Amino acid sequence: MKAVIYALFAGALFGFGLVVSGMANPAKVIGFLDVTGDWDPSLALVMGGALVVTIPAFRRFKRMSHCATGDAMQIPNNTVIDRPLLLGAVYFGIGWGLIGLCPGPALVGLVTLQPESILFVVSMLFGMVLFQYKDALKP
Amino acid sequence: MTEFTPLASLFGGVLIGISATVLMRGVGRIAGISGITGGLLVRQPRYEAAWRIAFILGLLGAAILATALPLSMGFLSANLPLTVHIESPWWIIVVAGLLVGYGTRLGSGCTSGHGVCGIGRLSGRSIVATMGFMAVAALTVFISKFVTGGI
Repeated sequence: MKAVIYALFAGALFGFGLVVSGMANPAKVIGFLDVTGDWDPSLALVMGGALVVTIPAFRRFKRMSHCATGDAMQIPNNTVIDRPLLLGAVYFGIGWGLIGLCPGPALVGLVTLQPESILFVVSMLFGMVLFQYKDALKP
Repeated sequence: MTEFTPLASLFGGVLIGISATVLMRGVGRIAGISGITGGLLVRQPRYEAAWRIAFILGLLGAAILATALPLSMGFLSANLPLTVHIESPWWIIVVAGLLVGYGTRLGSGCTSGHGVCGIGRLSGRSIVATMGFMAVAALTVFISKFVTGGI
């Protein structure tokens, strides 16, 4: 129960942060990615603002083993730069550049009930399901 | 074509950073939206599903609040109310959605998991992934400008 309340609060902060920062609008993200155009550096400040908090926070967390509910903190420890990581980044980068939506802002956009937002999220979820069953689909 | 909103974006970024901190401190998990969402598409123990659903409900709830409330917070309302500007044809939206969904799961993270949390814990994997998808995305925008005759 405690974890659910933490998660609800964290989700709300995240959603509010995405809207306030402007990142929920794909036009603003494209404005950042379009480095040869009328450049909008806002995304860099969103990243900077987030990292100012997460860098010191994670440095502390690395010395802790348990979170508030008593469960283990699951901090990834994989350090191998492998093919799936790079290939995944390439696929994601192409999709992100085409529309300007990554998963967080895509979910936030659902509340506008715009058909474009809904179509994107349905396609994204289908892509995730496809990944889950990719081995089963192999001939 | 969008306006640079330094203070609102910096403030929003800090909120996202605090969110990632709260989730790790409270639930012990990385605040990666693709991982949280993708995890709901497979069978999970009840606890795993519960915190993920709670996070997404919080995300959507805050977004509704930010659109519905007549918020006026000076420079912080620079990006309010929420507007989602998409002009691409439907099949581009579908292709982009599929690539984002598949790619973030294959690469174990998106802008939040690798960008905010991964770089936050100074992970080499996440730094490489973030630089990779940002460069590819910028290149994609550059190429699509040529294709659509934007130059």
